[in-house]
Amino acid sequence: MSAAQWRRAMNSSAAAAAAARGSSKVTPLSVATRSAPEAHGEWPRWIRDLFRPIKARHVIVMAFVLLYPFFATPFFTFQIGAQSLGLGLIALSLTFLGGYGGMVSLAQMTVAGLAAYLLAIFGTSSNAVISLGWPWWLALIAALTIATIVAAAIGWLSVRTEGIYTIMITLAVGVAFFYLAQQNYTLFNGFQGFSKLAAPTVFELDLREPMPFYFMVLACALAGYFFVKTLIRAPFGIALQGIRDNPRRMQALGYNVTAHRVAAYAVAGFLAAVGGVLMVWYNGRISPGTVGTGAMINILIIAVLGGMKHPIGAFIGAVVFVLLQNFAIDLVDRERFNLVIGGVFLAIVLFSPDGLLGLWQHARNRFLNRGSGRIHQR
Amino acid sequence: MMGKTGTTVFMRSIVGAAAALAVAGSVHAQDVLKIGLLATLEGPFAAPGQDSMRGADLALKEKNGMAGGKKIEFVKVSSDATPDKAVNATRKAVEQDKVPIMIGPLSGDEGIAVKNYAKTQPNVTFINGSSGAQAATLSDPSPNFYRFNTEGAQWMVGLGEHALSKGYKKVYLVAEDYGFPYSQVQGFMASYCAKGGKVVDKAWVPLGTKDYASVIAKIPKDVDALLVVLGGSDAVNFLTQYEQAGGDKPMIGGSITVDQTVLNFKGKRRESLLGTASAGPMADSIDTPEWKKFVADYKATFKDGFPSPSLFAYLYYINTKATLDALDAVKGDLSNGQKAYRDALQKTNFKGPAGDVKIDANRNGVGPSYITEVAKAADGSFYNKVVKTVPNITQTLGLPEADFKKMGLGTRDVPDCRK
Repeated sequence: MSAAQWRRAMNSSAAAAAAARGSSKVTPLSVATRSAPEAHGEWPRWIRDLFRPIKARHVIVMAFVLLYPFFATPFFTFQIGAQSLGLGLIALSLTFLGGYGGMVSLAQMTVAGLAAYLLAIFGTSSNAVISLGWPWWLALIAALTIATIVAAAIGWLSVRTEGIYTIMITLAVGVAFFYLAQQNYTLFNGFQGFSKLAAPTVFELDLREPMPFYFMVLACALAGYFFVKTLIRAPFGIALQGIRDNPRRMQALGYNVTAHRVAAYAVAGFLAAVGGVLMVWYNGRISPGTVGTGAMINILIIAVLGGMKHPIGAFIGAVVFVLLQNFAIDLVDRERFNLVIGGVFLAIVLFSPDGLLGLWQHARNRFLNRGSGRIHQR
Repeated sequence: MMGKTGTTVFMRSIVGAAAALAVAGSVHAQDVLKIGLLATLEGPFAAPGQDSMRGADLALKEKNGMAGGKKIEFVKVSSDATPDKAVNATRKAVEQDKVPIMIGPLSGDEGIAVKNYAKTQPNVTFINGSSGAQAATLSDPSPNFYRFNTEGAQWMVGLGEHALSKGYKKVYLVAEDYGFPYSQVQGFMASYCAKGGKVVDKAWVPLGTKDYASVIAKIPKDVDALLVVLGGSDAVNFLTQYEQAGGDKPMIGGSITVDQTVLNFKGKRRESLLGTASAGPMADSIDTPEWKKFVADYKATFKDGFPSPSLFAYLYYINTKATLDALDAVKGDLSNGQKAYRDALQKTNFKGPAGDVKIDANRNGVGPSYITEVAKAADGSFYNKVVKTVPNITQTLGLPEADFKKMGLGTRDVPDCRK
């Protein structure tokens, strides 16, 4: 196989897509991509590698998200744009865990909510008795750190289970946290939770305003997106996908399966925690309803709606979800609008098990008359 | 799969429909005024939410859909009783649909969240739906947030004296652990404790509690009565389990403890509910022509409604009526930051179905409360009979403002009342 062929094999991502099907030839191939022979050229290899996969659609999407707040109304910037990106970031953590680690966790909203609660407890809020009043950056660091540790602990609890049992145990963790938050008054302030948790003012820039807030959320979302994209092609990500497809073989190859899985939970937990902090700044408040079963399942809906085979799916799902939540009521009779939301979800899952991404891929293949339907990993 | 022709036809009809809508919209654009209307059409309060929309619709129907010389159109939005969702829905109506006036929300914590949002939109007037949290207008009020109904604590004023007159000197409290029952309990205690009553212990139970065995076991033998501030299924569960445990203490209920849904449950305990006192801003059996007309209109308009308008329908009704009346008073003039309109709102004073509707300087309702007792009607059904009306209750519960501020807003431990 020539170097060019190797590169093409990498770029078309046949490796990872095939890995999803669990073909025995694939795992060594995806691991081997790291040692692809160097090609000769004027630019250092990593720079060319950086720019080669950029296609027109990437430029268009990037330009759109950057220019969006300049032509959208503040409502669309804040409530649709920022909320979608924040929810998308939490859903991204689930896409990473579920799509690449094979572990569907319902507790991602719990981790996000925990980070939000911790921010309220360490920082300033309406409840001066409980809140410690630390500066916002210190509270932020503490909240993200503890939430990540707790996420790893949840992972450690649930990695011994598979499939539906993982869902059950993470659901149990989430529901337990919901009731803890609702009934504990010394730390979580019970039913009422905390309010007055708006984003801070940094360098005279009020992050509460729609446009700065949007760009802050966008920066976090992009960072999370590229982080996941990089991670799934790093040795850790490749090993994780190997574990997803055949844990026993990976164990035989000398990988510590449990450690990889727990680490994946920690990484996903960190992403969810960042999303949780953004969402609490968005809402300005947190109460047990934010981490209830409905909210937990919403994250799963977003991830499945967009498609779990590519990190962008989480954000596509979030945009559709937020648009439906806001505008379904305008489409039909006010008492029946949840029917529209449910109907759309059902239709998407029914016609495309891979979510909207699968639909997009299907349409592309149909119009461009290309080969079999396959999710592109880039 | 839809064929190519099918898709084209489909697309054409969408475009056609959009064009038709645009034309229809422009015809009326001149004389239509949009008003936002928020209630809980999903989640645990979906049924009350639906009924509150009926209340608002009824107020608009009485004016033939017109106010201030303009056709009124409700932009209806929904929440699931969580404050996050309530603010999102309100923001959508205000910033996307550009409503100048917003009515809602339904529940207490939503009300506080919407009040805080109201501060960021000084050019929009916010009128409460049925939310009854004290803090929405008492602490840190927003100058553009109006509440024409009275709130949870006001509803219970007068019940304390009534309990004392029945000889209940020591009571044991069972209540749900969140803002609304805190307010209700404070309204009861404010006068009850001042006049010598004692609440020997308080059991705050989480919303949605199913098993009350441990609470019932702790009820002391020597109390005169139980003060039960639970709602819906919580109330039914408690009453059933208390009866099964052999409890026989008389009860005093909160404003939503012994409503129709609870009174009509089956069981022996039902008989023992006879004589249970409670209080609220309205009662099913008010004997005035205004109330009877309101009930008759409600029944005639909404065939799918409740047998009689719920508390939520009533509260949305008076808030919507105040909104529309003030629009009439200024002839639809919302210019100058709605100054004239807000002055008219402040001057609101009309005779509602259940007593006068007017507001204080904090823009919170001042009105009567009805003390009721459960009675048996001729046909064997149970209802709440009005035994006393307490007029003109202010938000300070009849106390001078300084005294009320010293007591603070109701919480788990305020007021204490144990000793």
